[in-house]
Amino acid sequence: MIPAPFDYAAPKTLGEAFALLEQHGDEAKILAGGHSLLPMMKLRFASPSFLVDINNIPGLSYIRESDGYLRIGAMTREAELEHSGLISSKYPIFTDASKLIADPQVRNMGTIGGNLAHGDAANDHPAVMLAMRAEVVVSSSEGQRVVPIDEFFFGFYMTAVQPNEILTEIRIPIPPAHTGSAYHKLERKVGDYATAGVAVQLTLGRDGICSHAGIGLTNLNPTPMRASRSEEALIGEKLTDAVIARAAEMAAEDCNPSEDLRGDEEYKRAMAGVLTRRMIHRALDRAKA
Amino acid sequence: MGHSMKRKEDARFIQGKGHYVDDIHLPGMLHMDIVRSPYAYAKIKSINTEEALKVPGVLAVVTGRDLEKYNLHWMPTIMSDTQMVLPTDTVMYQAQEVAAVIATDRYAARDGKEAVIVEYEPMKPIIDPYKALSPDAPVLRTDKPGKTDNHIWHWEAGNKEATDKVFAGADVVVKEQMYIPRIHVASIETCGCVADYDKVNNHLTMYMTTQAPHAIRTVIALVAGHVGLTEEKIRVVSPDIGGGFGGKVPVYPGYVVAIAVSFLVGKPVKWVEDRSENLQADSFARDYHITAEMAGTREGKILATRFKVLADHGYTDASANPSKFPTGLFSIGTGSYNYGTAFMEADAVYTNKPPGGVAYRCSFRVTEAVHAVERITDRFALEIGKDPAQLRMENFIKKEEFPWKSPTGWEYDSGDYHAGLRKAMDVVGYEALRREQAEKRQRGELMGIGISTFTEIVGAGPSKDFDILGIKMFDSAEIRVHPTGKAIARFGTKSQGQGHETTYAQIVAEELGIPAEHVQVEEGDTDTAPYGLGTYASRSTPTAGAAAAVAARKLRDKARKIAAHLLEVSEEDLEWEPGKFTVKGAPEKAKTIQEIVFAAYTNHPQGMEAGFEATHYYDPPNLTFPSGAYICVVDIDKETGEPKIRRFVAIDDCGNIINPMIVQGQVHGGLTQGLAPAMYEQLIYDEDGNILNGTFMDYLVPTAVESPSWETGHTVTPSPHHPIGAKGVGESPTVGAPPAIANAIVDALSHLGVTHIDIPITPIKIWKILKQKGVIQ
Repeated sequence: MIPAPFDYAAPKTLGEAFALLEQHGDEAKILAGGHSLLPMMKLRFASPSFLVDINNIPGLSYIRESDGYLRIGAMTREAELEHSGLISSKYPIFTDASKLIADPQVRNMGTIGGNLAHGDAANDHPAVMLAMRAEVVVSSSEGQRVVPIDEFFFGFYMTAVQPNEILTEIRIPIPPAHTGSAYHKLERKVGDYATAGVAVQLTLGRDGICSHAGIGLTNLNPTPMRASRSEEALIGEKLTDAVIARAAEMAAEDCNPSEDLRGDEEYKRAMAGVLTRRMIHRALDRAKA
Repeated sequence: MGHSMKRKEDARFIQGKGHYVDDIHLPGMLHMDIVRSPYAYAKIKSINTEEALKVPGVLAVVTGRDLEKYNLHWMPTIMSDTQMVLPTDTVMYQAQEVAAVIATDRYAARDGKEAVIVEYEPMKPIIDPYKALSPDAPVLRTDKPGKTDNHIWHWEAGNKEATDKVFAGADVVVKEQMYIPRIHVASIETCGCVADYDKVNNHLTMYMTTQAPHAIRTVIALVAGHVGLTEEKIRVVSPDIGGGFGGKVPVYPGYVVAIAVSFLVGKPVKWVEDRSENLQADSFARDYHITAEMAGTREGKILATRFKVLADHGYTDASANPSKFPTGLFSIGTGSYNYGTAFMEADAVYTNKPPGGVAYRCSFRVTEAVHAVERITDRFALEIGKDPAQLRMENFIKKEEFPWKSPTGWEYDSGDYHAGLRKAMDVVGYEALRREQAEKRQRGELMGIGISTFTEIVGAGPSKDFDILGIKMFDSAEIRVHPTGKAIARFGTKSQGQGHETTYAQIVAEELGIPAEHVQVEEGDTDTAPYGLGTYASRSTPTAGAAAAVAARKLRDKARKIAAHLLEVSEEDLEWEPGKFTVKGAPEKAKTIQEIVFAAYTNHPQGMEAGFEATHYYDPPNLTFPSGAYICVVDIDKETGEPKIRRFVAIDDCGNIINPMIVQGQVHGGLTQGLAPAMYEQLIYDEDGNILNGTFMDYLVPTAVESPSWETGHTVTPSPHHPIGAKGVGESPTVGAPPAIANAIVDALSHLGVTHIDIPITPIKIWKILKQKGVIQ
């Protein structure tokens, strides 16, 4: 990598990191796993003058359940999610997503916090978080604030995280019994960004009626997108093939994909529909299991 | 021979101890980065270096005007075309080298590159090769006096008149327009060099990623002789190379600029491309537009083929072909079938794209030819309603018909095509798969079976036909056995991962009766290795491997004389068994090869030269013709269009096998590089000549995840003319795999009326077809 010149610091505490961010303002970028930032610096699409490396700050990497939430530290590596017993037994959607993110080397470094904070609609975790109705904890020298995932993504590479803030934790409400979730993306080859990706989480009531539904779409909109109409089409319904097909059609209609080398709009819309249908079915199977 | 010895070179590679060009660090070494054109076609109005020279560490910015002073701004291509080193006036393709920044370290060179300001006046480029040929197309190569169009050359093989006559009278004629896409070798190591000119001794050492170090030395001497760099003053060293695949045969402008700068300043200059530069600017492969036709009888007798090619060479013809073969060995495209009439023609054109095209793991355009003949054979089978395996079986050249004279003039040395296909069909369970396919079609499921039964042509080549820039395409081996019976063997070739250090050691060991562990193999240093044309086109075993066997046999003849002297018997009384000579009828009287070699230095017969060394320059009497029978089974997800390869059986026939494990490794790699253009890879340009996928993000090199579990096997039909009966193998799978995959996918859709799909066959292409055919909504 031959980037433009930059300065670098690796603070040992969040306090030091906040001070550096305050000092350098929007000239600074936070270096977590680096697997989105460094390729951009390599190509000189990004030339931050200061990097704040937060890898030496303890206490930002954990996966635990407490107070009704699954809490994931922002610096938790994708590989740790992939290999966590808690995740694979109770939150299979993360396992689905993690193993589709890039390749094992990237997953050894890449972090869940970075995946969200990068604000790229092509990343996989945003759709998963939308489906699971996550909350994002953002910290600064002034304290913490909790941002609902629906208020987190603003635009291309833009999120609710301000230049003086660091994303520190992701909180996911522990879902009730009879909840199932699933994620899949179509990719041209392993490690690619999604041609289309769909995350689904469903909860079934005792009567088999769908009580909660979350559906997030990857790379089908300028920002990570919730398929709200599809969710509404499921809630309160018995999930017959026809109901599911209708919800899938709505996702295809509502998304806003743009043409690129992965496909044209027509193909991506169609794939949004196919994947939404398939992921609802998979989540439903898991909810029933 | 025939023994899966572990590769001797792997001990250093798997420990990260390989030594590549970028590992070379010399005292005082300078670094170079290259400013490249953002436009496909533009006039250079000015190059402002002021800001770049202010960057700390930047020493100089070299432009075409600077090189012009030394008449070094142009260079010849391997095909005797011409190419700018750096432009003085006009850029002809995107990513073309425009100026070189020289700095004290790699980072400063890159920062300097960012600071060079070039003012361009963009012009409308010609990207479509068909448009390049239209009469009103602007002439691109205005540097060539008198050039009035964009046509480069016309080429023909076979008999036009006879072929046209057969086509006119045939019951069945099929025709398809095929595009073999522009792709890139994408070797893991990019190209680069360290040019180290010693002013005091007027001597250049050029460390370089090249597949052909000796030829490069000669080329440098021819290009730079006028400034005093004559051939004895040039040493080219090709250290470990991380994949070549043909892409490291050409001379790129960066090499020349590095030499020029080192020559002028007397310091070593390193230039190593980054990934994007490698993908965007270095020679492409393929890019053939082919109209393929086949004529035959309704019963299924193939009578003739007719191919017409439009070859897009980009800005200059920088192919890496033997001089007399502008389309390489494309005329092998009559295939594995017994018919007597064929005609092929090709026209090459200039466009505003990067130059090429190299023989990417493909013995000079054989991939293109095999794709055309294997696809059109399937098309013919479809037309007459005959099973494609059956059609092939009925039309194969029979084992006893070799040597076979092809309608385009080749003499196939040997083959057993029936045995190969039968074996592949048995391994894959062909008949059962056809039944399964029929059942699945009833249920609306999409499954296809594709066959490719190809004939390769490798080992260039016999000196009567084959040369590059006039140098005949022999290759060489020099074996020195030391007094203690250990040997060093040097070759004119250069491994880029093929495992020469092991394979050659095994050949020498086999012929000389010493353990392969005791044979040290060296290549790539022109000061020590014998002259040879290098490694590409699967030529190493057919040429240098043969040279090793012949040189070793010369030594065995000498060993017999020494053994006779030591045992005090006549030479005729001795018998060779691996490792020793014994006296006929008295096997207890024997001398081992080690004893004999020791005697060659300590007790040699009077009148005999001391020492135990031999050299051979092998001029092959013919090429070798490996073959293969590949069967691919594919299932298609109708809703997404994704094709999934369920089985891929590859039965190769490369004659006698030296190291089965190395051959299997070569086949695995080659199949994956055949999968690549079949389903993933293509360099894509927009109408302004911008490359749309110039990084590994979008240039889709398949990985182990995309690769099916290759099922490999062999039939063995030795080459009758090669000293050890071997043929080349490295490229067979790259040549044979794409049509097997394409045929499988087309077969899955053939009942819908699909007769051809251009590679790479992507999910979206299949999905669009299914939508158009009404299979999905």
